[in-house]
Amino acid sequence: MMGEVKGLQPERLLEVKNLKKYFNTKKGLLHAVDDVNFFINKGETLGVVGESGCGKSTTGRVVLRLLEATDGEIIFEGKNIRDYNKTEMRNMRKEMQIVFQDPFASLNPRMSISEIISEPLIVNKVYKDKADRMKRVRELMSTVGLAERLTYAYPHELDGGRRQRIGIARALALKPKFIVQDEPVSALDVSIQAQILNLMDDLQKEFDLTYMFISHDLSVVKHVSDRIAVMYLGKVVELADYNTMFKNPQHPYTQALLSAIPVPRLDVHRDRIILEGDVPSPINPPEGCRFYGRCRYRQSNCLNVTPELKEVGPETFVACHYAGNLKPAII
Amino acid sequence: MNNKMLLEIKDLAIHYITVDGTVKAVQDMNLEIAEGETLGLVGETGAGKTTTALGIMQLVPNPPGKIVSGEIIFEGENLIGKSPNELRKIRGKQISMIFQDPMTSLNPVMTVGEQIAEVVKLHENVNSAEATEKAKQMLLKVGIPAERSKEYPHQFSGGMRQRVVIAIALACNPKLLIADEPTTALDVTIQAQVLELMKSLKTEFNTSMIMITHDLGIVAEVCDKVAIMYAGNVIEYTDKVNLFTTPKHPYTIGLFNSIPDIESDVERLNPIKGLMPDPTDLPTGCPFHPRCDKAMPICSTRVPANTEVQMGHFVKCLLFEEGVVR
Ligand SMILES: Nc1ncnc2c1ncn2[C@@H]1O[C@H](COP(=O)(O)OP(=O)(O)OP(=O)(O)O)[C@@H](O)[C@H]1O
Ligand SMILES: Nc1ncnc2c1ncn2[C@@H]1O[C@H](COP(=O)(O)OP(=O)(O)OP(=O)(O)O)[C@@H](O)[C@H]1O
Ligand code: SF4
Ligand SMILES: [Mg+2]
Ligand SMILES: [Mg+2]
Repeated sequence: MMGEVKGLQPERLLEVKNLKKYFNTKKGLLHAVDDVNFFINKGETLGVVGESGCGKSTTGRVVLRLLEATDGEIIFEGKNIRDYNKTEMRNMRKEMQIVFQDPFASLNPRMSISEIISEPLIVNKVYKDKADRMKRVRELMSTVGLAERLTYAYPHELDGGRRQRIGIARALALKPKFIVQDEPVSALDVSIQAQILNLMDDLQKEFDLTYMFISHDLSVVKHVSDRIAVMYLGKVVELADYNTMFKNPQHPYTQALLSAIPVPRLDVHRDRIILEGDVPSPINPPEGCRFYGRCRYRQSNCLNVTPELKEVGPETFVACHYAGNLKPAII
Repeated sequence: MNNKMLLEIKDLAIHYITVDGTVKAVQDMNLEIAEGETLGLVGETGAGKTTTALGIMQLVPNPPGKIVSGEIIFEGENLIGKSPNELRKIRGKQISMIFQDPMTSLNPVMTVGEQIAEVVKLHENVNSAEATEKAKQMLLKVGIPAERSKEYPHQFSGGMRQRVVIAIALACNPKLLIADEPTTALDVTIQAQVLELMKSLKTEFNTSMIMITHDLGIVAEVCDKVAIMYAGNVIEYTDKVNLFTTPKHPYTIGLFNSIPDIESDVERLNPIKGLMPDPTDLPTGCPFHPRCDKAMPICSTRVPANTEVQMGHFVKCLLFEEGVVR
C-alpha cells in the first residue's frame, strides 16, 4: 500500500486543482463540479462515488476535456492540459480514454465489432497497412476475451457483457495510460459484472494502466480502488485510501453513505445512519457546507462558511469543519 | 413460523409464446408465504421474477403470455380462473404490487393525494372527503408532509416518488405486497430510507411481502426466506439463515462468489463462467449445467427434481438427488 516506505513518493499521473464545471440552465447556473481537488497516482485506481447527480460523470468528462472546464487546472504528467491547443490535445487523447456505462448506447449500431475497434486506429492513422490494423484488432479482441468469430458481428447481436468488452477493447486500442471508467459494470448482472471486473484488473496489471473508476456501487468501488473520492453535490468531501475510508470514514456524509450499504451477510450488523431529507438543488447553491441540511453534526458556522478539503491524516482529506471532532447538532 | 399460510404456489408454469419460440419464463414453481412473512425472490435478468409476480396478480399479458399449469392459492382460494371482476376486488385491496419502474407507475397529471385517494375509493366504502383524509395520513406514514398531497409527481425527488408508490400500495392495508425491485433506481442513502420504511410498515400492518431483488444484501436485511431463480426455475428455496450459512446450489454459491465482499479484502472475484442461456432455447437437463463447475455427465440429460436436502431446504440440483449416479 502507499505511504509504507517513507520518502518514496508515488508518482502522480493526474492532478486536478480547483476544477469547476458550471452549466447554464433555464433556472440558473448549475454547479455540477464545484472547486474539486484530487490526484491519481500512476498505476492505481481512484474510485469516485456519490449519489446520482453529484457530478461524477461530469468530472470524468471534464478531466478528459470531452467537456470544457469552467475553471481550474488539469495536470497530466506534470502539464496543465487545459493549455493545450487542438493538435496537442489530439495527441493527448491517445493517452486518455473512457469506457461508458451503457455499452449499447455508446456503440454505433451500424458498425461491426471490428469496425468499432478499428475506428480509433484509423482516425489516428496508426497503421498504414490494413492487414496490420486487422492484426491489432484481433489482438485486442483476444485481450478482452472476444471470440474471433464475432469479428463481423454487430452490437445488437451481443449481450451486455460482450458489448462492454468491445468498449474496453476500443479504449485500449491506442495504448492509453489512463482510462476513465464511467459505471462500466452498472448495467450488468452480477455474474457478468464479476467477469468484467476481473478483466479490468488483468488489463491494469498487464498494461500498467491508471483508472478513474466511477460508480455508485460502494462494494464494487471498494473492491477495485486503491483510493476513493466521495462526492456530494459537486464537491469532493472525502479523499482517502480505501482501507482508511472504510475503517474510519470521517465526513458525516461518507459515514451515512457507508452505513447504508446493504451487506449480504448475516454476521454483520451495521448501525445505520438514516439521512433525513433529499439532496438539495445544484443550481446557485448557497455558501456554506452543501451537506448542512442533512447533517447530524451541523453547527452554526456550517451554514455560512464553506468547508475546504483539508488533510486530516496522512493522505486523508476531508471537507468538514468538524472532522475528527464531530458534535451533535444543536440547530 | 407457525403463522397461517397466506399464499401457496403449486406447480406453476408460465410461458410466453413468441415468433422466436416459447419462453418458459416460470417452470415447476412451488412456494408458500405465511402471514407476516417476507419472501425474497432473487435472480439475474430474465430469470422470471417479474413474470412470477404478474402471475400472482393475474396480470400476465396474454398473448404472448399464458399460465400453462399450476395453482395460485391465496387465502385458500385458487386465483387462477377467477373472473376479472373478482380479481379487481383482490388487486390493490388484498394483494398490491410495486412495479419495477417507479417513475412509470405514477400518473403525471394527477396530484399524489388524488392518486392515493382513488385507490382508497375503489376498494373501501368511503366518500371523497374520507378518501382525501386517508391519502394525507398515508403520505405522513411514508414521511411526506400532508400539505404536499396537492403536488404532482414531477415535483418530488425519486426517493419521494417511490415513497408515494409505497403509500398507494399500502393504502388499503393489503395482506400481500409484491415489491418488484422497489429500490433499484434509488441511491443507497435513499434506498436505506425506503427499506427502513417498508420494514416498519410491514411490522405495523403485519403485511406479507414478496421482495424481488438481485441484491443479496437487501435479502439479508429484509427477508425471512429466499427463493433463488435461474432460467425460470426456483433452484434453491429455504430460510434466510440456511441460504447464507449453507448455500447448496452451485448457482447460489456462484452468485455469492461474484459479489465483492465489503467486509473483507478479496483480491479476485470468482465469477460464474459463461453467459445467461437463450430463453427460447434453454439447455437440456439442468438449465445451469453449461455454466456449472460441478456439472456431471448426467446433468446435460436429466432435469433435476426439487429435492429437500434438509427440513425446509429445497434444491434443484442432481448433486443432491437420491439415486443419481455421480
Ligand atoms: N449538459 C448538461 N447541461 C446541464 N446540466 C447538466 C449537464 N450534464 C450534467 N448536468 C447536471 O450536472 C449535475 C451532475 O451530473 P453528472 O451526470 O455529472 O452526475 P453523476 O454523478 O454522474 O450522476 P449519475 O450517478 O446519475 O450518473 C447534475 O445536476 C446534472 O443534471
Ligand atoms: N411480454 C413478453 N413477451 C415475451 N417474452 C417475455 C415477455 N416478458 C418477459 N419475457 C421473457 O420471459 C423471461 C422472464 O422475464 P422476466 O421479466 O420475468 O424476468 P426478470 O427476472 O423479472 O428479469 P429482470 O431482472 O430483468 O427484471 C425472459 O426471458 C423475458 O425475456
Ligand atoms: S458538520 Fe458542518 S461541515 Fe461537517 S458535514 Fe456537517 S454541516 Fe458540513
Ligand atoms: Mg454519471
Ligand atoms: Mg423483472
